[in-house]
Amino acid sequence: MTAIGWLQCLVVVALVLASVVPLGTHMARVYAGERTFLSPVFGPLERGFLHLAGERAVRPQSWLGYTLAMLVFNAAGFLLLYAILRIQGVLPLNPQGFDGVDPALAFNTAVSFVTNTNWQAYGGETTMSHLTQMVGLTVQNFLSAATGMALAAAMIRAFAKTGREALGNFWVDLTRSTLYVLLPLSIVLALAFVAFGMPQTLAGSVEATTLEGAKQIIALGPVASQEAIKELGTNGGGFFNANAAHPFENPTAITNALEIWALLAISAALTHTFGRMVGDKRQGWAILTVMAIILGGALVVAYWAEAGGNPLLTALGVDPTMGNMEGKEVRFGTAASSLYAIATTGTSTGAVNAMHESFMPLGGFMPLLLIKLGEIVPGGVGSGLFGILVIAVLTVFIAGLMVGRTPEYLGKKIEVKEMKLAMLAQLILPLSILGFTAVAAMLPTALASLANAGPHGLTELLYAYASATGNNGSAFAGLSANTPWFNSTLGIAMFLGRFGYVVPVMAMAGSLVVKTRGTASAGTFPTDGPLFVGLVVAVILILGGLQFFPAFALGPIVEHLLMATGRTF
Amino acid sequence: MSHSQARALSLFDGAILRRAALDAVVKLDPRRLARNPVIFVTEVVAAVVTVIFVKDLVLGAGSPMFEGQIALWLWFTVLFANFAEAVAEGRGKAQADALRKTRSDTVAKRLLFPDGDDSLFEGVSSLDLELDDLVVCEPGDVIPADGEVVRGVASVNESAITGESAPVIRESGGDRSAVTGGTTVLSDRIVVRITAAPGSTFIDRMIALVEGASRQKTPNELALSILLSGLTLIFLITVVTLWGIAGYSGTVVSVTVLVALLVTLIPTTIGGLLSAIGIAGMDRLIRFNVVATSGRAVEAAGDVDTLLLDKTGTITFGNRMATEFVAVPGVGAAALAEAAWLASHADETPEGRSIVALAQGSGGAGPKSTADAVFVPFTAQTRLSGVDLPGRSIRKGAVDAVIRHLGTTLAETPAAFREAVDRIARTGGTPLAVSENGRLIGVIHLKDIVKPDIKERFAELRAMGIRTVMVTGDNPVTAAAIASEAGVDDFIAEATPQDKLAYIRSEQTHGRLIAMCGDGTNDAPALAQADVGVAMQSGTQAAREAGNMVDLDSNPTKLIEVVAIGKQLLMTRGSLTTFSIANDVAKYFAIIPALFVATWPELSRLNVMGLASPESAILSAVIFNALIIVALIPLALKGIAYRPVGAAAVLRRNLLVYGVGGLILPFVGIKAVDLVVAALHLA
Repeated sequence: MTAIGWLQCLVVVALVLASVVPLGTHMARVYAGERTFLSPVFGPLERGFLHLAGERAVRPQSWLGYTLAMLVFNAAGFLLLYAILRIQGVLPLNPQGFDGVDPALAFNTAVSFVTNTNWQAYGGETTMSHLTQMVGLTVQNFLSAATGMALAAAMIRAFAKTGREALGNFWVDLTRSTLYVLLPLSIVLALAFVAFGMPQTLAGSVEATTLEGAKQIIALGPVASQEAIKELGTNGGGFFNANAAHPFENPTAITNALEIWALLAISAALTHTFGRMVGDKRQGWAILTVMAIILGGALVVAYWAEAGGNPLLTALGVDPTMGNMEGKEVRFGTAASSLYAIATTGTSTGAVNAMHESFMPLGGFMPLLLIKLGEIVPGGVGSGLFGILVIAVLTVFIAGLMVGRTPEYLGKKIEVKEMKLAMLAQLILPLSILGFTAVAAMLPTALASLANAGPHGLTELLYAYASATGNNGSAFAGLSANTPWFNSTLGIAMFLGRFGYVVPVMAMAGSLVVKTRGTASAGTFPTDGPLFVGLVVAVILILGGLQFFPAFALGPIVEHLLMATGRTF
Repeated sequence: MSHSQARALSLFDGAILRRAALDAVVKLDPRRLARNPVIFVTEVVAAVVTVIFVKDLVLGAGSPMFEGQIALWLWFTVLFANFAEAVAEGRGKAQADALRKTRSDTVAKRLLFPDGDDSLFEGVSSLDLELDDLVVCEPGDVIPADGEVVRGVASVNESAITGESAPVIRESGGDRSAVTGGTTVLSDRIVVRITAAPGSTFIDRMIALVEGASRQKTPNELALSILLSGLTLIFLITVVTLWGIAGYSGTVVSVTVLVALLVTLIPTTIGGLLSAIGIAGMDRLIRFNVVATSGRAVEAAGDVDTLLLDKTGTITFGNRMATEFVAVPGVGAAALAEAAWLASHADETPEGRSIVALAQGSGGAGPKSTADAVFVPFTAQTRLSGVDLPGRSIRKGAVDAVIRHLGTTLAETPAAFREAVDRIARTGGTPLAVSENGRLIGVIHLKDIVKPDIKERFAELRAMGIRTVMVTGDNPVTAAAIASEAGVDDFIAEATPQDKLAYIRSEQTHGRLIAMCGDGTNDAPALAQADVGVAMQSGTQAAREAGNMVDLDSNPTKLIEVVAIGKQLLMTRGSLTTFSIANDVAKYFAIIPALFVATWPELSRLNVMGLASPESAILSAVIFNALIIVALIPLALKGIAYRPVGAAAVLRRNLLVYGVGGLILPFVGIKAVDLVVAALHLA
C-alpha cells in the first residue's frame, strides 16, 4: 500500500462526498415534484410524456398500483429487448452484420438489462449490433436505473408521509428520474469521457496493420454515451467484453476516477434525498455512514491484499512492490483497481476495470462479500437505498425492543406485517444464491463450465449466482456462462433478486405509508446516532455473514489458508 | 403491597417446578409445539436424529454413540424450552385454582317481580342467571355474578379479587355501584342487576388470563416470532444447501452434523423463552394487583407516550390543606390564628382539620373553653361556616361569600386583604376569608399539597420520553400553579369528560399512545379511547369494561409502574433476541472447522477455541445451546433490570450486556463444555 495509492482513493471519495448534498437535494426536489433548474429544458418534455400517458395514469397510486405499473413497464421492456436481440440481424445499424441472438442468451440478456444487472454472457463487440446496443441495451440502462430510483422514492415516501394511502405515481417518478437526473448527468459525463479520449462514433470497426504486418480489427462504436449511463445507472454492461479494463472504455486514470465517482454518486446522494424528504437530514447521514464504514473496510482489506502481492510469486523472486498485478491494467495499478472493484460490487454495477478472479483470495473475497451483503452499501441506484432501509427496519426491530417500546423507524411502528414482508424479501437472497449454487455444485453440466478446480471453482459459482441475484452483473471470470444451464438459471436468479425482492418491499412500503408518523421523544430509539450506525453495520455483517459463512469457508477462506501452504487453484 | 403477599408465590416454588417438569413433557405434543416454529423445527430434527441413531445402533453402522448424544441434547433443548413456558404458566395456574374456588356454584336469590316487592325471591343456581336478572344479596351472601347495585348500600368484602381484606362500600348510583361475582356481602342488603353472563364474569376472565388459557400471541410477540421463523428458514436454506456445496468440495456431511449446525444456528434461545417472557410479564402485572384484559394492553403500556393523570389523588393528596394565615393590618397574627381555630375546631372536614392543625402550630390554639360555643355549619345557601361565642361571631368561607355576609364590596376591603387574596389565587391556592363580629380579619391560604416525591417520578418519566398531563376541574390559574409545582408537562384545566376524550383523540392523531386511569361512568368513553385505560376496581362497571386493565388496589399512581412493566417486557424480549443471534458467531467457529477439517485440514485455523475434536466441538455447541435456555429462565421470568432513563442510555447498556456479552459468552461456554466432554470421553 502506498501513500499515492491511498491519495487516489481519497480523491474519489472526496468527489463522491462533495456531490452528496447538491445531488441529493436536487433529487429531493425532483421527487417532491418541485421545479428544478432543469425544468426550463426538460419541463416541456416531461409534460409532453405525462400528457400522452393521460390524466388517469398520473394520479397518486397505492403500493399495489405503483408496483403493478412497475411490473407492467418492466415486462414490456423485457419483451421489447428480447425481440430486438432475436431479430437484430434484419434490423438496421448493424455494420458488422451480426445474426440474431439465440433464445437462452437473449432471455438471459433481456432479464439482465431489465433488472439493472447487466450480467453479460456474451462479448458485446462480437455479438451486439449498434442498434441493439443503443436502442436495446442503453435504453434499458436508463429505464432499469430509473425504475430503481422511482421505487426508492416510493419507499422514502412510505416513511415521510403519514396516514396516507398513496406512495406517489410510478410513471411520474420514472419520467422525472430519467429526465432530471439520469439524462442530464449522462450527457455531461459522456462529453467529459469524449474529452478524455473515449470513442463516440457510429462507425463499425477499423482495420489496422500492426508492426508485424498482421491485420487487426479494432471495434469502435458509441462507447462514451453508453459508458456514462453504465456507471451512473449502476448497470455495468460494458460495450466491450473487457468492460472498463478496455482502453476505449476507460482510457486514463482520470476517466477511471470519474467512472468510480459515477458508480457511487447517485446511490450515495439518495441517502441525502431520503434525509431531506423525511425531514431529518441526520437520518440520511446515518445511512450514508453505514455504507461508508462497510465499503471503507472492504476497500482496506482488498487494497491490502492486492498491494501485498502474491507471496508465492514473491518467494520465486518476483518484485512485490507493484502488488498483485495479474489481471490488472498497468495504467490503474492495485489501488485504483481495488477501489474500482469495491465500488462496482458495493453498488450493484458489475463493471470491472480488472479481473476479480485474479485478485488474491481475500482481495477477491471482498467483492464477493459486498455482493452477498445484498447490494446495499451503497447498492444500485434506488435499489441500494430501499434495500438498506429494509435492513434498517430489521435492525430497529431487533435492537429497538431493547429500549422497551414497540420498534419504530422514523416514527412508523414496525409490526407484524412489516416483519413478514421484510423477512420474505430477505429470504430471496439465500434461497437464490445458495440454492442455485448448491444445485450447480452437484450438476456435471454446470461444473463443466468451471475454469478452475477446488475452492476457487466454488467461488466462481457462488460469485455468479450472488452477482445475478444481487443484480450486480460482474463476473468472477473463469466461468463460461454462455450455456443453456447458466443462461437460464442466472436469468431466473436475476429475476428473483430484482422482482422477488421488490414486490414484498413495496408491500411493506404500502403498509408503512398508511401509518401515522409518531413524534420522537427521549424514549424512542434514536436512529441518527453512532449507536444505530454501529448496529446496522453489525446486522448487515451478522445477517449476511451468518448466511454465507459456511460457503465462504469452503471458498475464499480455505483458499486463502491453502495459499499460505503453497497450494493454488 | 403487603396484602397481596399471600398470593406472591415464589418464582421457583417446588410444587410449581414439579408440575412444570411434567407439563414440559406433555407439551412435546407436536400439535402444541407448532405454535412455536423454532422449537417445532428443533423437535422435528431431534426425531430425525433419533431415527438415525436407532438405525445405526441396529445396523452397527455410523457412530451411534455420537448420534445418541446429539439426539438426547436436542430433546433436552425442546424440553427446556417447554419447561420455561410451563414454569411461567405455573404460578398463574396456582392462582387460577384459588380463584376458581370462589367461583363455585352459589345459590342466587332472584327477584320474582323485578319491579315489585324486594322480599319475594326464588333460589336459583348462579349458573342459571341471565343478563338483567335482579338478585338480592344479604349479609353473608356471595354475590352470584358481576352486576350493578340498583337499590341499597352494603359493605362488601372483595378480598377474593383484590387480596385486600378491608371491606368496601357498594351503593346504587354514583361511581361505586359495581359489584363483582365471588365477593361477599358483609352488612346490609342490596339489589343487584346482573351485567355479565355466567362464564364471562370478571373472575372468569381473570382465571383465563392468569392461566394463560385464552392467551393469544400479542402483536409484538407475533412480529418477533415472524422474525425468528424467518431466521430459521434462512438457516435451513444455509444448512440444506451446505450439503451440496460441501459435496462439491468432496466432503460428505452427515445428517446428524447438519442437524446440529441447524439447531445451534436457529434462535432456539429466544424461541424457547419467548412465550415464557410474555406470560411472566402478565404475571408481574397481576402480582402488582393489576389485571390486564389482554397481553396487547401490557405491550401498549410500554409504548405509552403520554400519561393522563387526574390531579386529585394522583398528583396531589385528595384534600386541600391550610398552609398560611394572612392577617389584615391591625390584627395580630395570633388573633387570626385563634379565630381560625375557633371557627374550625368543630369542622370535621379535612380542610377544617388542617386549619386547626396549622393554628395549633402557629400558637393560636387552645382558648380556655369552648363549652358555650355554637358551631355554625356550612350550608349551600350561605357557603359559610363558623362559630358563635358569647360576644364573638366568627365566620369563614369563600371570599365572595364572606364579603356578601358582611354586606360590603371587594373594593371596600383593605388593600392588604385584596393583595393576599390575589396572591393566593395566582399561585393556585384557595383563599378563605375570616371575619369576626362583622369585620374582616384575614385570609387562610388553602392549598393543594403535591405528593412529596411525585416531581421526581415525573422527571423519570420525562427521561424515558413520556409526557405527563394533569387533568383537573380547577380553573386554569390554579391548574397552572399546581402543574408547575408538580412538574407535569401539560395540564387540562376545567376538564370535562369530553375534554379528556378530545385530548386523547388529538394526541392519537399525532401518533402518540395515551394511558389514563379512571373510575366513573363518565370516564368510560375516554378509557375506551385511550390505548391503555386502567379502570379502578372500586369504579363503576362501565368504567371497568371500557378500560383494558383493572387496578384491584384502585391506586391511580400505579399507572407509572404499569408503564414500567410494559417496557420491561419488551426490553427482555429484545435483549434475549439480540443475545440469541449474537451467540451464533461462536457456534460457527465451533462447528464449521469441525465440519470440514477432514477435507481441508487448513480450516483448523478457524478453531480459535481449540476444541478437542470435531465430534466434541459439535456436541459441545449443542449442549451449550440447550443449557443456555435453562440458564436464562430466571432472567426471562424476572425480566431484565429496568431503570427509568432515556432510550439511548438503555440501549447502550443492554447492547453491551446482551449484544457484546452474547458474542463473548458462548466462546467461553462452549470451551468449558468441551473440556468436560473431553474429560469424560463423551466424544
